[in-house]
Amino acid sequence: MTAPRRELDVSALPSYAFGHRSLMWWGTFGLIAIEGTIFAIAIGAYLYLRSQADSWPLGAPPPDLLWGSANTLILLASIWPNQKAKRAAEARDLVRTRGWLLVCLLFALAFLVLRGFEFAALHTRWDHNAYGSVVWTLLGLHTVHLLTDTYDTAVLDVLLFTGPMEGQRFVDVSENALYWYFVVFSWLPIYAVIYGVPRLH
Amino acid sequence: MNDERAMQQQPGRTPAPPHLKDGPGPGSPEAAALDATWRDPPGLLGWLAAVNHKAIARRFIVTTFCFFVAGGLLAFVMRLQLARPGARLVGPDLYNQLFTMHGSTMMFLFAVPVMQAVAVYLLPLMLGTRSVAFPRLNAFAYWIFLFGGLMLYAVFALGAAPDVGWFSYVPLAGPDYSPGKRTDFWAQMITFTELSALLEAIVVITTVFKLRAPGMALNRIPLFAWAMLVTAFMVLFAMPAVMLASTTLITDRLVGTHFYNPAEGGDAVLWQHLFWFFGHPEVYLIFLPGLGFLSAIIPTFARRPIFGYTAMVLALIATAFLAFGLWVHHMFAVNLPELGKSFFTAASMLIAIPSAVQIFCWIATLCSGRLDFKTPLLFALGFFFILVLGGLTGIMLASVPLDLQVHDSYFVVAHLHYVLIGGAVFPLFGAFYYWYPKITGRLMSERLGRWNFWLFFVGFNVTFFPMHLLGLRGMPRRVYTYQAGLGWDTLNLVATLGSWIIALSALLFVVNALRSLRRGAPAGPNPWGAGTLEWATESPPPPCNFHAIPVVHGRDPLWEPPRAAADGGPPPFTHVGGLAAHTRELLATTVLDARPDLRVNFPDPTIWPLVSALAVTVLFIGSIFTPWAVVWGSIPIAIALTAWFWPRRAETAVHLRLEQGP
Repeated sequence: MTAPRRELDVSALPSYAFGHRSLMWWGTFGLIAIEGTIFAIAIGAYLYLRSQADSWPLGAPPPDLLWGSANTLILLASIWPNQKAKRAAEARDLVRTRGWLLVCLLFALAFLVLRGFEFAALHTRWDHNAYGSVVWTLLGLHTVHLLTDTYDTAVLDVLLFTGPMEGQRFVDVSENALYWYFVVFSWLPIYAVIYGVPRLH
Repeated sequence: MNDERAMQQQPGRTPAPPHLKDGPGPGSPEAAALDATWRDPPGLLGWLAAVNHKAIARRFIVTTFCFFVAGGLLAFVMRLQLARPGARLVGPDLYNQLFTMHGSTMMFLFAVPVMQAVAVYLLPLMLGTRSVAFPRLNAFAYWIFLFGGLMLYAVFALGAAPDVGWFSYVPLAGPDYSPGKRTDFWAQMITFTELSALLEAIVVITTVFKLRAPGMALNRIPLFAWAMLVTAFMVLFAMPAVMLASTTLITDRLVGTHFYNPAEGGDAVLWQHLFWFFGHPEVYLIFLPGLGFLSAIIPTFARRPIFGYTAMVLALIATAFLAFGLWVHHMFAVNLPELGKSFFTAASMLIAIPSAVQIFCWIATLCSGRLDFKTPLLFALGFFFILVLGGLTGIMLASVPLDLQVHDSYFVVAHLHYVLIGGAVFPLFGAFYYWYPKITGRLMSERLGRWNFWLFFVGFNVTFFPMHLLGLRGMPRRVYTYQAGLGWDTLNLVATLGSWIIALSALLFVVNALRSLRRGAPAGPNPWGAGTLEWATESPPPPCNFHAIPVVHGRDPLWEPPRAAADGGPPPFTHVGGLAAHTRELLATTVLDARPDLRVNFPDPTIWPLVSALAVTVLFIGSIFTPWAVVWGSIPIAIALTAWFWPRRAETAVHLRLEQGP
């Protein structure tokens, strides 16, 4: 016997949630998977080119440690304001979310300025040889992620100050922090490759 | 933002009163309100702003079939040229463009995108929901794909099409041996299409994980959804390799990097590794959706549930993993360590096991069912014959000594067409006949369908079987002509005759598809008596897909309807109610068990995905001519994306009235 119609009422369900319950989390997860793969393959290309070379780095001294290491520290420190912004967003505290997001933005800008010095301290150019090409590509790829996430954070913060507000915006802040963690943690292997591998003998 | 307001003033966009909630089902005022809410806006501007998954998917499917026909015509011209020795129909330069365009079209503009396009249409219907996740991203992915494909054909029309083969090996494709812009257009076409495919993968994964009808636990989703889910994950990890490869190729050509220049520490084999790390999984990106089609068609026409559901799912996942361990078998002719080659030989043979598991499950389903020999089933059976032949030559090619002997010969051409046409195009044709009534509301002609199948089956074998022999007799691929008396003349003529039969079959298919739009027999909701959810709604489906979202109680919901509890307990739920009818509110469920979790607000139609795609197109094409396009081209993209994401006050107000915190 087929059952009579019976309705499953969902009108009391929440209209947004944080973490993997949210669709945005899965979108961010997909982007992280794609871009993590790009980084991994770019590192693979670096190591492959090194394996084919007689000496490494080709025709240049290893990059200076100063700016890259300073930047690594800034990047690691930026986890703190991001975590604060994430917590504030998850507590739906608009004022503190705005404020911490602004601090995140300052960290990102400081990092981008130092990134300029980092490129200058590579001692090679993209058109010098294959070593120069792959180092510039690695650093460039990571910088593109920084630029886009910095812009993204800025737009989000302007929206929090001026735009129409609803709960979903807090989820956006939370996902933005998640993506920033990816930018931070993907930097560590890239840092090790760019600065460490040329010093291996 | 103005167009948004204009759209809301147009007829058909009058918002329904906010108190209406879905649930009452077809025929009710609530159902009418749902249709008005989920319908794309009218007019040209509305067409350009469309985000409904069915509208985008229909365009996507039609676009990919147009590219399929274009790629087929290119092949037809090549066959005419090769019909007899020393022919002068096309010269070497045009011939190089023809085979490059043919391969690139079929792989990048047809085989992978058509599968994603069909998935975008079917998945929400199969899973019991009203939209794909991220509908605007879905629209963007379509536009970017369209513009990339049009760019490639525009340069072909101008006589500047790429001419170095669909895998564009360096050093031939590098700046020294391919001056001019031809290869740059190829590399940017890759960037366009792979960006589209990656975004569609995110759409598919999120849709399958989060937007299923309540009760459709992950171990109950249709096998087609599993196939597309696994495919989407493969896309995430395979496509980045080719995007990086094409980007480094174009920087070598345009800004003087040296990735592939041995004189400056670069390495040509790096290209082959990067390309085939993508290229081999690519074969399975095309093949797995084909398997998904079969797993939908076979149970319906065998009139029983699929045999070995769990084994089928595990086989799909195993295939996906193994597919990433095979790429070097495309490079057996390269000087690589012998031990490595042995590993890849072993992996290439291993992948036959999960494929065989699926084939035996289908055979078991067919053997224990009552077969209904309609056109979709004929194509499914054709698949078995052709794929097995392609698989056998695949096992032969997996062994290094044999591979070296026939490398770059017509034997490889025969093998790859048997695998790809057998593994993907036969199931795709079957799928087209199977779901056409759902999409259009009318059945295709069975008589023409049978002619289509038998001509295609015979024509295919007549065309491609002789190529095995041509390869064994030493005919290399990609030659624009050959001398008489090498023992290749008759076989080539036979292959060309076969291509006429294929062309006739394809023509019948097009005639059938167009004629049935008006003259086909009305299909009704479920013309085949199938068991999955897409057959529970009208054909064609209303804008909101389901007027009441069903609650699922088994793997084949239409064959296992909810039954009243025997012990007098509360009756089972049959459908969902309580979602707003005046705005695009949709139910999200939990990933594993599909328990109701959230009421999510979906975005309205907007022109911004199209504008963003145009801005990205300007950057991609501009960067072929000046690297600075990457800098100035990113400004309009940033503006368009910001406008896309910026919430409208009216929309937010609607959301706020429905808002409920976690």
